[in-house]
Amino acid sequence: MKISEQDIKTVASLSRLKVRDEEAADVLFQLNKILNYVENLQAIDTTNIEPTTYALPMQNVFRADVVKPSLDRELALSTAPLQEDGYFKVPRVLEQA
Amino acid sequence: MALYDKTAHELQELLTAKKISAAELTADVLKRVDEVEDKIGAYITITRDKATADAKTVDDKIARGETIAPLEGIPCAVKDNICTKGIRTTCASKILENFIPPYNATVYDKLAGSIVIGKANLDEFAMGSSTENSAYHTTHNPHDLERVPGGSSGGSTAAVAGGEAIFSLGSDTGGSIRQPASFCGVVGFKPTYGRVSRYGLVAFASSLDQIGPITRDVTDCALVLNAICGHDDMDSTSTATPVPDFTKSLIADVKGLKIGLPKEYFVKGIDPEIEQAVRNVAKKFESLGAEIIELSLPHTEYAISTYYLIAPAEAATNLERYDGVSYGARVDGADVVEMMTNTRTEKFGAEVKRRIMIGNYALSAGYYDAYYLKALKVRTLIQKDFTDAFKTVDLCLTPTTPNAAFKIGEMTSDPLKMYLQDICTVPVNLAGLPAISVPCGVNSQKLPLAFQLIGKALDEATILRAAFAYESL
Repeated sequence: MKISEQDIKTVASLSRLKVRDEEAADVLFQLNKILNYVENLQAIDTTNIEPTTYALPMQNVFRADVVKPSLDRELALSTAPLQEDGYFKVPRVLEQA
Repeated sequence: MALYDKTAHELQELLTAKKISAAELTADVLKRVDEVEDKIGAYITITRDKATADAKTVDDKIARGETIAPLEGIPCAVKDNICTKGIRTTCASKILENFIPPYNATVYDKLAGSIVIGKANLDEFAMGSSTENSAYHTTHNPHDLERVPGGSSGGSTAAVAGGEAIFSLGSDTGGSIRQPASFCGVVGFKPTYGRVSRYGLVAFASSLDQIGPITRDVTDCALVLNAICGHDDMDSTSTATPVPDFTKSLIADVKGLKIGLPKEYFVKGIDPEIEQAVRNVAKKFESLGAEIIELSLPHTEYAISTYYLIAPAEAATNLERYDGVSYGARVDGADVVEMMTNTRTEKFGAEVKRRIMIGNYALSAGYYDAYYLKALKVRTLIQKDFTDAFKTVDLCLTPTTPNAAFKIGEMTSDPLKMYLQDICTVPVNLAGLPAISVPCGVNSQKLPLAFQLIGKALDEATILRAAFAYESL
């Protein structure tokens, strides 16, 4: 087994996901199957091989630092699940003193 | 032949000659949608009123004697992960069920004048090979309703194959245009990474995603590429390389062209009927004067592992934005973390959650080097295989898929088996190359078969030339 039940709990929490008890066995089984499959990469010698993040040459793109029209605030907020006074509204983050 | 069955270039001639109106054409396609959509299920959203109004705008333009662009007035479908201002864009996910984008994807603006019939179904966030991962419904293959259309752009390909759109846009991260095009018997093209702006395409794996056309023939494919390719200031990864007129590549001549047959694509696991069909295509190219050269792309067998580490790692990062705050659905919780966790747990489907977890696992401390970094290094080797091959050949010819369309439900219980569907297509995305899938007959069960032509980076033109030559036989 590549990955344990505890690993799954950790990675789920990092992912802001909850694995329900009734799904846990299947999630564990499928993730292990996939991680066992990708193990074949370990057989390849990659000493001195550079990693590729983008297949084609990429370079930083600059533009003139000028103000241009951007998305209207009301329009940007129109997609929010909850908004108030021009802000996105979320549950309380800090405890009251 | 009914209007809804014709190609865009045929219809454009009829429109400019005033033999038909855009309104008539749109009405004909919408009537076809009414007849077959409950069986095929190609769409998530149908924009009937807008389509009818847009058709009238084109007709007014023609009436005023103005010239129309090659795809103006032509009904099309747009994959529902491409943002359309004011039109719901769901990515086939419950988390975006009510998401109305406040802006357009660049490709959508570039198709202005085409008549969008609706937003096509897909696997949730383009993660899948059958549309069975759509949170809304599974699309059925128009050639056999018990079978999948392929995926993730299965709605886009089924719409074109089923007469519900003349052409469509899909997106391809590991084969999501080419594999469903193959299953549905239509032409599908994944351009070189950076050829088409990704601005407004909902990100899945940013170093692999590319938008491309799904059409009924190679000529239409060139027309759509002409419309959508080109640099965009809004996408820093879009290339500044000038775009040729792709219709200039529609020459039925492959004399002297060197076409490679990579042996790793003709191995156990590939349906013998497909292998035979693709070898026959090679013979036809040979009879037209092309030179067929057997070659090796030795790291092909590692492509699936490489892809299924890199794509989920990028996806896990991209999908962090679905947190119930700025857009999409929210499920309440006692505090912020619980709200985010509840939202994502309830609104993401099983495959999306699986990939997010694989991705975050591969990126996490202690596993990063063994999984993610290792995959990036093997990606270099896979790309080098192609670079070496293209020193001797102009194109590579392979099957698009290891098998023809499979039955709905056949693979849903085995995610890894579903991943292996992408064996012939993922190496192309990892190397950033352009590739087309072209139909080449049917198998003994009357299901469409297809071949894939892979080209050098930014050399879409040679692919189109060879595909057109084959199609012209």
